[in-house]
Amino acid sequence: MSSILIIARKEFRDDFRNRWTIAVALLFAVLALSIAYFGGAAAGKIGFTSFDATLASLTTLAAFVIPLIGLLIAYDMVVGEQDNGTLLLVLSYPISRVELVAGKFVGHCCALATATLVGFGVAVVIIQIMQPEARTSGAWLNMGNFVLSASMLGASFVALASVISVITHDKARAAGLALVTWLGTVIIFDLCLLAILVFSGGNEWEQSLFPHLLYLNPIDVFRLINLTTLGSGSGNELFMGMTATHVYRPWVLYLVMLLWIVIPFELAQFLFRRKEV
Amino acid sequence: MINAIDISALGKQYKGVAALAGVSATVPMGKVVGLLGHNGAGKSTLIKLILGLIAPTSGHVEVLGQSPWGSNAVSLRRRIGYLPESVAFYGNLTGNEVINYLASLKRASREQASKLLERVGIAYARDRRVSTYSKGMRQRLGLAQALLATPELVVLDEPTGGLDPQATRELYDIVGELRAEGHSVLVSSHVLAELEPHIDSALILRQGQLLAAGSVGDLRRQSGLPDIVVVQLKDAADPVAFARGLDTFALTHDVRFDGLFEIQIAEGGKLALLQRLVTDPAVEDIVVKEASLARLYDYLGAGTKQQGKQKP
Repeated sequence: MSSILIIARKEFRDDFRNRWTIAVALLFAVLALSIAYFGGAAAGKIGFTSFDATLASLTTLAAFVIPLIGLLIAYDMVVGEQDNGTLLLVLSYPISRVELVAGKFVGHCCALATATLVGFGVAVVIIQIMQPEARTSGAWLNMGNFVLSASMLGASFVALASVISVITHDKARAAGLALVTWLGTVIIFDLCLLAILVFSGGNEWEQSLFPHLLYLNPIDVFRLINLTTLGSGSGNELFMGMTATHVYRPWVLYLVMLLWIVIPFELAQFLFRRKEV
Repeated sequence: MINAIDISALGKQYKGVAALAGVSATVPMGKVVGLLGHNGAGKSTLIKLILGLIAPTSGHVEVLGQSPWGSNAVSLRRRIGYLPESVAFYGNLTGNEVINYLASLKRASREQASKLLERVGIAYARDRRVSTYSKGMRQRLGLAQALLATPELVVLDEPTGGLDPQATRELYDIVGELRAEGHSVLVSSHVLAELEPHIDSALILRQGQLLAAGSVGDLRRQSGLPDIVVVQLKDAADPVAFARGLDTFALTHDVRFDGLFEIQIAEGGKLALLQRLVTDPAVEDIVVKEASLARLYDYLGAGTKQQGKQKP
């Protein structure tokens, strides 16, 4: 078995052992079910409503939670080993630095993807059982689209976390930087976009540039992937309104998402090769 | 014949500060070599260079006939075992899981991993989490992993730091077994006295420079360091008269806090002095101290003022 797989398997198991994977899967399942069940409460009824609307709400939820979890499970992948004193040990083993980071990246991504698939999967299966009219192939397609893009979003933040883990010198700072990254991408970035909208007043220059600015944040790319296929759901009207004038092609969105995984990953590799241990 | 480690004019700078400068030394195959120096003398830097974890700023290092830095170093690392200083391992894994994980990374069999746990004496705790291990047990686990895949060269960085005397002795017993099996061992320490009986030769570092190298006997002769004879006088005896007697033979001596005399004697004059002391009616007891590595170390000036006086 290759070294990357050996390391990935250990990280994957560690995530299970630390209850990360299970807790996240449980959280996703519970939140998904409650959104599905109580999502129509504003309209004066409870019970399972439109499947697409549920998925749209889940997108909003996942856009907050998945980046946070991706950062939290992976921020200490290198700096944590440094704190343990095991980094020197592992680097003295017959594996390259590339293999070490790649193995850890793959392991955490698999753990996160498993949690996403199991958590949302269980919820969707329950919804489908309770709500026969949602049993359409389109629903399953949207569901697959959602799980795939959510896993990629997770991978993107695991890759960002590996950059954080490589550039910091102790765990506390890495944790701080991870939280700052989360705040920056989840809240501050969108606030800045809103500010641009407000102050520019929607002139032509802004209208042509704005849709492309969303590519600069993997969370917005994730939203676009799901919401452009689903139509607006609860809590997404503002976001959809901001982007209504531009047509996004799914393959472009997926390509950008892929870049958001590959570029931070390669950056982490580059920085780790140069790091003095 | 290839040396286990061949170092020539090796230097390493960190942001302009020289951690190591112009070090040339060899570790022959099948020998146990001690790497001595106070904290900050450059021991860990030298070990990292030997393991290829950092690139040298100047000079060369060859390990088992190959450069440890570069693309073919990965296969070389299978032939090297390393015990880092104070390693905590993965606290949430059991001893068994840690050794099996490391064994799979080093392409060693689980069977060997299990045997090594028995050899270092922690097989009884193999199913316990490493976070519950004592310091001594962790060092043993560290030693076990250093021996995975039967490496030709074993590098031990401060292996006895924080160990009790019993654990220390058992650790050096294993080092002795390694020598008997033909492994080359590089062991760093600042606890010189305990290292001395177990090493074939020593490399002494100070402030990034090699201060001395050679067998303990050679170093002792080179330095011309005098032996020390400690004399206890009888209660009734007159120390002043005894001291005057020593002065007539031009012997350097000190009176210790507990009233014992310490006489320094160069190698040639030791027997003559002892004969004289044995017949002296004032003498109650005599202890002869050979120049130990620790004293040799002080004598060579390895613990100079800039470093601060640290316990040898």
